[in-house]
Amino acid sequence: MTQNPRQPAIEKLPTGINGFDLIANGGIPAGRTTLVSGTAGSAKTVFAAQFLAEGIRKYGEPGVFVTFEEPPSDIRRNMESLGWDIPTWESEGRWAFVDASPQPGEEVLFAGNYDLGALLARIENAVRRIGAKRLSMDSLGAIFTQFADSAVVRRELFRVVSALKRMGVTAIMTGERTQEYGDIARYGVEEFVADNVIILRNALEDEKRRRTIEILKFRGTSHQKGEFPFTIMSGEGMVVIPLSAIELKQRSSDIRITSGNPELDRMCGGGFFRDSIILVSGATGTGKTLMTTEFMAGGVNRGERCLLFAFEESREQLFRNATGWGVDFEQMERDGLLRVVCEYPETAGLEDHLIDMKKLIQEFRPNRVAVDSLSALERVSTIRGFREFVISLTSFIKHQEIAGLFTATTPSLMGGESVTETHISTLTDSIILLRYVEMFGEMRRGLTVLKMRGSMHDKDIREFTIDNRGMHIGRPFRQVTGILSGNPIHIAPGEIDRMNQLFNDESEQT
Amino acid sequence: MTSKFVLKLYVTGQTPRTERAIQNLRRICEQNLGSQYQLFVIDVLEQPHLAEQERILATPTLIKELPPPVRRIIGDLSDTLKVLQGLDLPVHPTGTGGTQE
Repeated sequence: MTQNPRQPAIEKLPTGINGFDLIANGGIPAGRTTLVSGTAGSAKTVFAAQFLAEGIRKYGEPGVFVTFEEPPSDIRRNMESLGWDIPTWESEGRWAFVDASPQPGEEVLFAGNYDLGALLARIENAVRRIGAKRLSMDSLGAIFTQFADSAVVRRELFRVVSALKRMGVTAIMTGERTQEYGDIARYGVEEFVADNVIILRNALEDEKRRRTIEILKFRGTSHQKGEFPFTIMSGEGMVVIPLSAIELKQRSSDIRITSGNPELDRMCGGGFFRDSIILVSGATGTGKTLMTTEFMAGGVNRGERCLLFAFEESREQLFRNATGWGVDFEQMERDGLLRVVCEYPETAGLEDHLIDMKKLIQEFRPNRVAVDSLSALERVSTIRGFREFVISLTSFIKHQEIAGLFTATTPSLMGGESVTETHISTLTDSIILLRYVEMFGEMRRGLTVLKMRGSMHDKDIREFTIDNRGMHIGRPFRQVTGILSGNPIHIAPGEIDRMNQLFNDESEQT
Repeated sequence: MTSKFVLKLYVTGQTPRTERAIQNLRRICEQNLGSQYQLFVIDVLEQPHLAEQERILATPTLIKELPPPVRRIIGDLSDTLKVLQGLDLPVHPTGTGGTQE
């Protein structure tokens, strides 16, 4: 396409690291060395080790791990918790260490000029011995501290990089940074591996840790730009969450499904769309959990599989609530059609929640998913992180061609917008508002369908009541305005008639 | 009692630096140890597994295996003082050979 015709296109080697290859547009440049730079604790070693582990597990490609910092015994042990059995791979000749870690308690004297010819010879030997296609070096800073002469180390590392290129090995080199936003790496290492640079960050944002990965450059080939969140999971390693790389190609269907409430279905023009995202917003106690419950029950009654993620209430509380509205969650779970997952938002970071939720959705294969509430999850994240979470979750749900219902809690009882709403309303296909309405010294409840993408819907604000059979949607509020803004004002019936008359006159004339 | 020196010199190929290191070492040993030493020169290009075993990174690297303590001296050994220090020999090159304990 825009490639220089004389220069062959640079091939990509898929790393196999979950999500990474999507943001890397296929992988890292094959047969080249890529610098992975990050501050202390930014998961450089995990990246380096996982690059080899996935090569072995997914592509049958042996790999060499050159360690300048931790002894191999530490790496074997640390990576075991991520589910990688390095000793077995070593015995099978699929993983080889080149141990260049400092030897404790051994005196070293320098007496004249030297090079790192032995390191190069050992690396070449290890690559040939197991037929390695991949190689990781971790981390460069540690070799600079072993040898006083930085210029020699730089020159020798350049020789190593050239030798790897000659042997067709795709390599990762990790390097240290002193700050999250600043020089690429210490000791000027980017000078000899400047072609491909990846940055790992572990930044503190609003008192919350946020890990991100950014591909700074791939010479001669493309990649996604910007920072992407990632997380480290036991048994998986690094999982990158590719947000903008997610294709917005979901097919939207015109198949309707029931909301679980016949009157609400009528208001929505015949029910929700099958693969759509519905946001239910309202103050505490307005009936969000009830709508969630009816949405689940409506699915189960039609033999659909339903998955509920509850982040606000305990299991007992939820089941008791449901029983109070005439819904038997317990029986539904016994029938295998319903699964209720209750968790405290604080138990994990948002990225971890996302991955757990995706995993559960993939396992359970539900027809509909509900999250009650998103606002609870918002508490454990930054606004940016939260928005990314919602984008990723909605896109994932839509890809499965299932319906998702999320609830959001508004901070004030009488209405207004929630943070959740502000940040995700554009991502949802339908929005339903639940509001308290004060009428003559009495609290009533109102409901309206604010948005229904691709369909006609009822624009009235309807009153509803709740009893032991659930939600009953009644007549529109006729004598009140300003409900949605949280400032209900009563209008004399005469005024309403006059207004109606005004419009009726016009429409009758045409 | 005489303690024999066992020295291993790791080098990379037949380069000028390799030659220089061997010459420097021979000279220092002959002047200070007489015949009381054994020297093994190991080319890591030919025997990379030995470099792996000893975890050698830089060349030339001299390892004094005996007498204890084991010590590593990195470089072409042009700094005679440092070499003598590393071999636990008196720093006067005109000395008596000093192998007696």
